[in-house]
Amino acid sequence: MTDDLRKGRIVIVGASLAGLRAAETLREEGFTGSLTVVGDEAYPPYDRPPLSKQVLLGQTAPDATGLPIRRDPDAEWRLGVRATGLDPMGKRVLLSDGDPLPFDRLLIATGTRARPWPNPEEAALEGVFTLRTCDDAGGLAARLAAGPRRVLVIGGGFTGSEIASACRERGLEVTVAERGPGPLVGALGGTLSKLAAAMHRGHGVDLRCGVTVTALHGDGGGRFIGADLSDGSRVEADVCVVALGAVRNVEWLADAGLAAGPRGVACDAGCRAFNMYGIVTDDVFVAGDVSRFPHPLFEYQMLSLEHWGNAVAQAEVAAHNMVSPGPLRRPHLAVPMFWSSQFGLNIKSVGVPSFSDQVVIAQGSLEARRLAMVYGYRGRVTAAVTVNMAKSLEYYQHLIETAAPFPPAPGAADRPMAAEIPVPSDVPDPKGLSHGPTVALTGYLPDRRLTVVQH
Amino acid sequence: MTEDTLLERITDYANRPDPYPLYAELREAGPVVRQADGSYLVGTYHEIAALLHDPRISADPRSRPASAGDLYEEGAQPPFLRLDDPEHHRLRTLAMRPFGPPHSPGRVDAMRGQIADITRELLQGFRDREQIDIVDDFAYPLPVTVICRLLGVPREDEPLFREWSDVLVAGADVKPGEDTTERNQATQQARAEMGRYLLDLAERRRTHPSDDLLSAFVNEPDPALRLTREELAQTAVLLLIAGHETTVNLITNGVLTLLRQPDQLDRLRREPGLLPSAVEELLRYEPPVHMRERIPLADIGLAGTTLPTGSTVVLALASGNRDPKRFHDPDRFEPARPDNQHLGFGSGIHLCYGGPLARIEAQTALGALIPLLGTAALVQDPPPLPAERHAPRPPPPPPRRDQ
Ligand SMILES: Cc1cc2nc3c(=O)[nH]c(=O)nc-3n(C[C@H](O)[C@H](O)[C@H](O)COP(=O)(O)OP(=O)(O)OC[C@H]3O[C@@H](n4cnc5c(N)ncnc54)[C@H](O)[C@@H]3O)c2cc1C
Ligand code: HEM
Repeated sequence: MTDDLRKGRIVIVGASLAGLRAAETLREEGFTGSLTVVGDEAYPPYDRPPLSKQVLLGQTAPDATGLPIRRDPDAEWRLGVRATGLDPMGKRVLLSDGDPLPFDRLLIATGTRARPWPNPEEAALEGVFTLRTCDDAGGLAARLAAGPRRVLVIGGGFTGSEIASACRERGLEVTVAERGPGPLVGALGGTLSKLAAAMHRGHGVDLRCGVTVTALHGDGGGRFIGADLSDGSRVEADVCVVALGAVRNVEWLADAGLAAGPRGVACDAGCRAFNMYGIVTDDVFVAGDVSRFPHPLFEYQMLSLEHWGNAVAQAEVAAHNMVSPGPLRRPHLAVPMFWSSQFGLNIKSVGVPSFSDQVVIAQGSLEARRLAMVYGYRGRVTAAVTVNMAKSLEYYQHLIETAAPFPPAPGAADRPMAAEIPVPSDVPDPKGLSHGPTVALTGYLPDRRLTVVQH
Repeated sequence: MTEDTLLERITDYANRPDPYPLYAELREAGPVVRQADGSYLVGTYHEIAALLHDPRISADPRSRPASAGDLYEEGAQPPFLRLDDPEHHRLRTLAMRPFGPPHSPGRVDAMRGQIADITRELLQGFRDREQIDIVDDFAYPLPVTVICRLLGVPREDEPLFREWSDVLVAGADVKPGEDTTERNQATQQARAEMGRYLLDLAERRRTHPSDDLLSAFVNEPDPALRLTREELAQTAVLLLIAGHETTVNLITNGVLTLLRQPDQLDRLRREPGLLPSAVEELLRYEPPVHMRERIPLADIGLAGTTLPTGSTVVLALASGNRDPKRFHDPDRFEPARPDNQHLGFGSGIHLCYGGPLARIEAQTALGALIPLLGTAALVQDPPPLPAERHAPRPPPPPPRRDQ
């Protein structure tokens, strides 16, 4: 049985972080069969976090973020080729180019793409960008280097905030338009959103909250020149970055009979995909941003994450389970973790901050721009966010893993008075925000037909 | 939880050449083992790591109910090694400004050339010698010269500060149950003298600045970022001592380990690319710092026991490094070991400040020495323990060169 699983044909669709790490792990775990990795981008796997950080600052070239290969996965790489469908009965992946690809086991790792601006003509204006790929980053970095008069960023989530931060660091004027009450409010709640807003403004960002962008305008030559906001004002800018969150790449699975919907492909804790009836498959696995998986720490609700660390951890578990018989399979239980750097702050998050009703500042202070904020839900710790205090994260991760009581026990040497006073976590309904969340609890049901399609 | 004298046995000089069987006993006895003297000994990796990250644990000796003749004078503030956040963070950040990222990102890397030069000079002295003393002739002079240049301390003053340094290092040694009053007085005095000496050097940099840390500290233009006199003295003493004592031991332990395992020595000679990971493995396998003390600021529950507020908790880093629950085949020296998150530099907020420098020093020193070790052998194994040096690990005796 084990021997059989080490042989055969494995196909991975998606040649990025999750796809690469899974391929490496398969070989590490002794898989000797044939391995094919299909990816619609023309490049070997590369890293995305630098695209909104070092690349926009001109410190790293957009084509220099290739992911280090930990071990040669000895795979056939079909780059620049898109998977267009999945035939679950025939066990074949249909390709945009060439014959269908047969498999014994399949890993879906198609991640997400940037949510486009809803009006295609406006989106096509020269100077309007989204940021997901290295080509996007290269184009945007070149425009920033050319010194535009103003950049408009639509959406104050992590990506939008990082872009704004990079613009200010380059000395560029920037306006951020966010529909919610403040930047990062969906991810971090009210208190830290106020800190984020202060950081934006303190660094000279023209931050507009509670507004939506209603139209993008071009000049006669199809070049972006400005935008209208819902408060009647107008922003004149030469560059616009649409940072409205991500869309799961699941369209190619439309006829595959899987539980695949706008929130991703539902799978069990062992990364096996559910079909549309909620029956778990045994030959189709899922990992990375495209997945939705149940997590025991969050009442077994399905989690949808856009987190680098999750893509790595889940890919490793998926690969292990693809070559291991039942009793040796492992669950993917990693606590969600995320980081962002912006306006000189190092922000790290562990757990699910939006799964909370109260928060306390357990260490440090807002004034010092250095703190640990702990999130609780019904009296237990569910998340923590550190600002310039990353070394504390591990401790809070442990509290989350052990469902420790909230607020956390006293005793920290740098515990502020505020630690005694939990305040509402103030996480708004994501529907009221410009950008999609990078972490979301998406209920219990794997059935795509029960998932309300948004937008 | 059993009452025990393990700590006493571990720190007994007779057991220092090989305390690892005792560490195995410690891990076996439970994550937390209460000692007869009332302290708590922790020897398992995950529990040590958890405590090093716990914000309720203090490194400040003043967190303990006053004990007779402490290491630090009354009213005096310890260096940031023994302070808690936020004060620790403030001082560590200030000390880091001229030394590492984000303000001085290239500083340590730029010292590579210097370190290689010093190493070469020392090795030249070995030519045509039958027998060398690895400590006195090599492992000691290298880091001392490096830290002197970095800080801005004249190398010629070495005999002066070596004396203070020896007293301070001996004073920090863990010896349970022993009356430490006298030792602590000596420590306080040595620290004060060394502090005055370094302050004096720093004062001279005010008018004659050069490219060293003392100059940077004393000439900091922003008053908010300037160390007070007392802070400067404490920080400079800390850096001078922390900057060389441990590195001496790492280099020495490296030579000792490789001479004991000729196949690995051979492997490193053939694959010099393994050197960086071999140094990490050394930091795990034979770390210079075996234990650190902490004090809980609240009752801390750990693995079913409680560490009471104000108690002394001894974290046996070297034991955590050999914990089979964390490291596969932990008693094997494996220079290519993957996933090697050892506790050799500690962990958490007090994670070694000089790690990047120490790594370069050890890599350079061992890298240059390995090709020369040829058929060298230890004169005596285990090496005799020099009575006057009370470092947690004994430096080995001179290896002999047969060529
Ligand atoms: C600008 C930016 C900054 C980020 N910063 C951070 C950060 O600071 N911290 C953090 O934790 N995370 C960050 N992330 C998120 C992180 O990069 C993702 O979590 C990670 O890339 C997910 O990896 P993945 O392999 O699951 O998906 P992806 O990286 O999205 O890869 C999916 C791949 O599949 C390809 N594909 C899609 N459909 C098909 C198909 N039908 N056929 C073939 N190939 C297909 C895609 O083109 C893509 O190459 C950032 C992301 C971006 C875009
Ligand atoms: C191999 C060499 C070294 C080893 C094994 C080592 C080990 C350690 C360890 C274990 C700690 C943590 C102490 C604790 O948690 O209580 C520490 C802290 C420290 N080390 Fe090192 N060290 C080495 C070299 C250096 C060098 C070269 C310097 C200076 C240039 C240095 C400066 C410091 C300082 C200042 C601290 C205190 C950090 C803090 O409290 O924030 N060390 N070291």
